[in-house]
Amino acid sequence: MHYQDLVLQPLKQLLADYPWLEDFFGSFGLQLQATEQTLQQYLDRLDPDHLLDLGISQEQLQQSLHDFMAGMLALDEAAEKVESLTIIGGFDKTGSAEQLELTLKPGEVICIVGPTGSGKSRLLADIEWVAQGDTPTKRKILINGGVPDNKWRFSTEHKLVAQLSQNMNFVMDLTAEEFVRMHAESRLVPDPEEKVARILEQANQLAGEQFKPDTPVTSLSGGQSRALMIADMAILSKSPIVLIDEIENAGIDRKKALELLVKQEKIILMATHDPILALMGDKRLVIKNGGIAKIIASSDAERKNLSRLEELDNTLLALRNRIRFGETLEEL
Amino acid sequence: MHFLTVSGPPSSGKTSVILRVIEALQAKQKKIGVVKYDCLMTEDDLSYAKKGVLVKKGLSGSQCPDHYFVSNIEACVSWGVENDCDFLISESAGLCNRCSPHIKDITAVCVIDNLSGINTPRKIGPMLKSADIVVITKGDIVSQAEREVFASRVKQVNPGAVIMNINGITGQGAFELTSLFEEASDIETLKGMRLRFSMPSALCSYCLGETRIGDEYQTGNVRKMES
Ligand SMILES: Nc1ncnc2c1ncn2[C@@H]1O[C@H](COP(=O)(O)OP(=O)(O)OP(=O)(O)O)[C@@H](O)[C@H]1O
Ligand SMILES: Nc1nc2c(ncn2[C@@H]2O[C@H](COP(=O)(O)OP(=O)(O)O)[C@@H](O)[C@H]2O)c(=O)[nH]1
Ligand SMILES: [Mg+2]
Ligand SMILES: [Mg+2]
Ligand SMILES: [Zn+2]
Ligand SMILES: [Zn+2]
Repeated sequence: MHYQDLVLQPLKQLLADYPWLEDFFGSFGLQLQATEQTLQQYLDRLDPDHLLDLGISQEQLQQSLHDFMAGMLALDEAAEKVESLTIIGGFDKTGSAEQLELTLKPGEVICIVGPTGSGKSRLLADIEWVAQGDTPTKRKILINGGVPDNKWRFSTEHKLVAQLSQNMNFVMDLTAEEFVRMHAESRLVPDPEEKVARILEQANQLAGEQFKPDTPVTSLSGGQSRALMIADMAILSKSPIVLIDEIENAGIDRKKALELLVKQEKIILMATHDPILALMGDKRLVIKNGGIAKIIASSDAERKNLSRLEELDNTLLALRNRIRFGETLEEL
Repeated sequence: MHFLTVSGPPSSGKTSVILRVIEALQAKQKKIGVVKYDCLMTEDDLSYAKKGVLVKKGLSGSQCPDHYFVSNIEACVSWGVENDCDFLISESAGLCNRCSPHIKDITAVCVIDNLSGINTPRKIGPMLKSADIVVITKGDIVSQAEREVFASRVKQVNPGAVIMNINGITGQGAFELTSLFEEASDIETLKGMRLRFSMPSALCSYCLGETRIGDEYQTGNVRKMES
């Protein structure tokens, strides 16, 4: 439905169909009532002095309403499907050409490795910005083989990229359940309650230690927060590309976490130095001096070693648990 | 000369973000001027001077800093033009949530931070609600879900704006923001331009220096709370 048609509907109907309208007006200090008057009539009857007090003009309120409704209605539209992401090489920090064209497909996991300051985060940022030769690396990013619409850069509804950040702190004073609900509501997902329950359940499967829905987010442990954010991203995010910048791995089942994300048919790029995560990836991009210096496909020999690494990891985990439960390590 | 007004609550990261943009513009050999408006004191001018940009500062003292801004900004723009600046950026601390320095047809930036609380976007007036670009800082301190919730709250009160997450310390995102600065309004003078939103000053006896409390001392435009 278009803005022009919407404003001619009675508020009663509109509030039933688009409950977010109430919150939108609330954010400007205005209250909508479910009456028979149309939205346009309501707008026309607003007292200019009252609006002046609220710090908004009639014209601007209508413009904002128009833009907001366009955004909300866009959330319902299916996002353009991303079948492939192509990185066209630029130049490293010394000015040498990268000379590569790399195409990634949904379900692939690409690890990005390299020493500190080598340009791992820059590569992730190039993808997030859908760079077109306009970043320091001069890389170009293509979506489905073509130059994507500029809207990807600024869209909040159809973000191309969801980024799982290094930091998992919370400052909001909410419980885990309230927090996830607020996030789900802000994304207007259908059946938010079901999603909230699933996210909490998944998070508890990933986290080493269980938490309750009414645990305040600010008192979650590092591992629990990471588990919650990964479950949240897997279940709420519609973004076809996931960037993970050095996720710490303590207190969370890395393998399950990655599987959960891969299941959603996303393209996953992950800066990591964790050998287990690196071997779980399909390819490793080795970054040197700001450029992609090498691409290593995980080999069979490496895959075989993966199970050995996992054993080592489990051994360490078992030791960690023994320490946790007050045992001694005099005998391993 | 490209001219932009940057405003936002105190300590939201305005200076940090502008410094990161300055670095990116200087890498392209651009000449930059900054005008800093504050109320009581500021040391931001020193941070800017260290970058080697032209700086001017104005302290509004007993006036609303945004009123002070609008009385002086035309001269500052002329100053930037006379000094052959490619970019002039004004930084003003949004101390008064009701006033805003944003000017029609001049690119307006509002800087707000992720730590300020999810209800803050609603409480800020035209400074946020009428900005063209909203920069959200301090995303490094919170999780991505919290960043998204905060951004959606900003989007609700200013759905037409470009919303960007920038790290004022590491400069992550600043490069991308700079490309928007390069597309900003290009002007030679502010003559004939208007503010985006009026900035009424109540002009009661207290505006004029009254300090005594009591009905008998209240004259002019006085408003009482509903009882
Ligand atoms: N090809 C390039 N040309 C010019 N500058 C580059 C290039 N690649 C990266 N840089 C710059 O180098 C700096 C360091 O890069 P970045 O932050 O991406 O490193 P990193 O690998 O993520 O490091 P860390 O491991 O410490 O997180 C950044 O300022 C980035 O913009
Ligand atoms: N962690 C973090 N701190 C920031 C960020 N941006 C700014 N700061 C810090 O916030 C404080 C206030 O920043 P400043 O730029 O002076 O804010 P201004 O008053 O709006 O100009 C300073 O200590 C900055 O270092 C950011 O993105 N992340
Ligand atoms: Mg990095
Ligand atoms: Mg400052
Ligand atoms: Zn004021
Ligand atoms: Zn007064």
